[in-house]
Amino acid sequence: MSAITDLGVKAIRDGFRNGDFSAREVADAFNAAVAAARGLNAFVVETPELALAAAERADEARASGNLKPLSGVPLGIKDLFATKGVQTTASSRILEGFTPTYDSTVSGNLLAAGAGMLGKLNMDEFAMGSSNETSGFGPVISPWRRSDGGNAPLTPGGSSGGSAAAVAARIAPGVTGTDTGGSIRQPAAFVGITGIKPTYGRCSRYGMVAFASSLDQAGPMARDVRDCAIMLEAMAGFDPKDSTSLDLPVPQWEANLSADIRGKRIGIPREYRIEGVPEEIDRVWEQGIAWMRDAGAEIVEVSLPHTRYALPTYYIIAPAEASSNLARYDGVRYGRRKMPGQGGLTEMYEATRAAGFGAEVKRRIMIGTYVLSAGFYDAYFNQAQKVRALIARDFERVWEECDLLLTPTAPSAAFALGEKSNDPIAMYLNDVFAVPASLAGLPAMSVPAGLDKQGLPLGLQIIGRALDEQGVLDAGLAFEQRAGFTARAEAWW
Amino acid sequence: MSVDTATVRHIARLARIAVSDGEVEALLPELNNILGWVEQLQEVDVAGVEPMTAVIPNRQRLRADEVSDGAIREQVLANAPVAEHGFFAVPKVIE
Repeated sequence: MSAITDLGVKAIRDGFRNGDFSAREVADAFNAAVAAARGLNAFVVETPELALAAAERADEARASGNLKPLSGVPLGIKDLFATKGVQTTASSRILEGFTPTYDSTVSGNLLAAGAGMLGKLNMDEFAMGSSNETSGFGPVISPWRRSDGGNAPLTPGGSSGGSAAAVAARIAPGVTGTDTGGSIRQPAAFVGITGIKPTYGRCSRYGMVAFASSLDQAGPMARDVRDCAIMLEAMAGFDPKDSTSLDLPVPQWEANLSADIRGKRIGIPREYRIEGVPEEIDRVWEQGIAWMRDAGAEIVEVSLPHTRYALPTYYIIAPAEASSNLARYDGVRYGRRKMPGQGGLTEMYEATRAAGFGAEVKRRIMIGTYVLSAGFYDAYFNQAQKVRALIARDFERVWEECDLLLTPTAPSAAFALGEKSNDPIAMYLNDVFAVPASLAGLPAMSVPAGLDKQGLPLGLQIIGRALDEQGVLDAGLAFEQRAGFTARAEAWW
Repeated sequence: MSVDTATVRHIARLARIAVSDGEVEALLPELNNILGWVEQLQEVDVAGVEPMTAVIPNRQRLRADEVSDGAIREQVLANAPVAEHGFFAVPKVIE
């Protein structure tokens, strides 16, 4: 038998049920893998004792015939989710030491479904970044390296960089991610794994540290499409504690999963062909189109005319919401406080926030504060909200011509640490293909498509209608079967 | 539109983030680059378009008007940097 850590979520769940191994063996194997991979800096907190405790409960449940959907499966949880009794910082120093007294709904749902927790995964600070370099706890190093013989450390993408690295390095079979403007999909593409952002409102935001509330959405990242379907089913569901939670039953995504997509119309948006994108991205895109055609789908060229405005729209709306959400970090109720030598309450706020926030977070809070300030609200924020409506309308119209969209996930393969960190706008461009679906609240998934000339993974994105996660997952499965992506990073850590 | 150093200081003050002179100098071109880049939204014709506030149609729910929480003072204060006598404690604001 292959090593337990080579197994994904479904294989562990089923193997455990079949008696091939105990939950304890699974937890031991992953706990050891996590401890041996500290060179990746994927975890900010390791919780081997919690993984073991869940495994013991799973082994007892199996003995007494009380198995739960995820019994025996250990998972990594992004540090954006509040976890009872376990430090939760959103990888920001301003929250260092914060130990929630409650669980987020999403991570709580996973634990209630029988899953164990391996630890809290590193990420860009408050999910603001595309390379994991803004983390207050140091960048995550991708398990992947270029095939040029150089050992330049690469980014696993962001903001769910620790999540992506953990799955790719086989130190967690599945993980939670969150996606505000591509933070599940871009890292999934960078490390050759699968990740889905569901429709806005499918997963509760309760207990998830808020970045941009009209965009934030949790989702799973795992080795393949089926594992994502299994996890998403456990994570999603109506939650009265989140006013934007959708009061709808959770579909049986796994049971209904089907690679039969004959007759589906798959749109190829012409505006996603942009200048300056490496030829290899176009090549995998063409290959992906051929695979979809082979699966029996009808390929149609479509237009989403406002695509080019999605990124600047996002970089007004997301910072505006962030400036409001992050006002709560004031050194009074949780996290760190810094008292200046003199002054009163205001000076304490200012010193606390100056010391606790990193450069990118400060930049976004200030942009957000500016676009919401008197005299500029209409020109910036209101205009962006109107353009957002036009972007959503583009998608509404395109669904008259097709059922799904197939696009690249990111405009490049993973880049080296430090390569873009001094140029905010170059960094923002990473999410050029991911942001439109976020602004429209649509389900979107990245699936691995192949390797580039340097041996690095490239991903393609499947976008679906609101609430049609099933269509996205089905097309993803048909894609995955044809791509046959089995490449993995050689262990060096 | 672009900002000057006085505006950067004003924004920082509104955002309650202390900034040094050096940070203001560094932030000035960064913020202007970003603001110059988002400026392109002004060219979009939005006549008759309502600003979008909810991406997925959803209704505002009301819950029953009854107490569903409380009596967890210890939990609420558990993470406070300074808590005294069952309250959050801050520097004196009234002389």
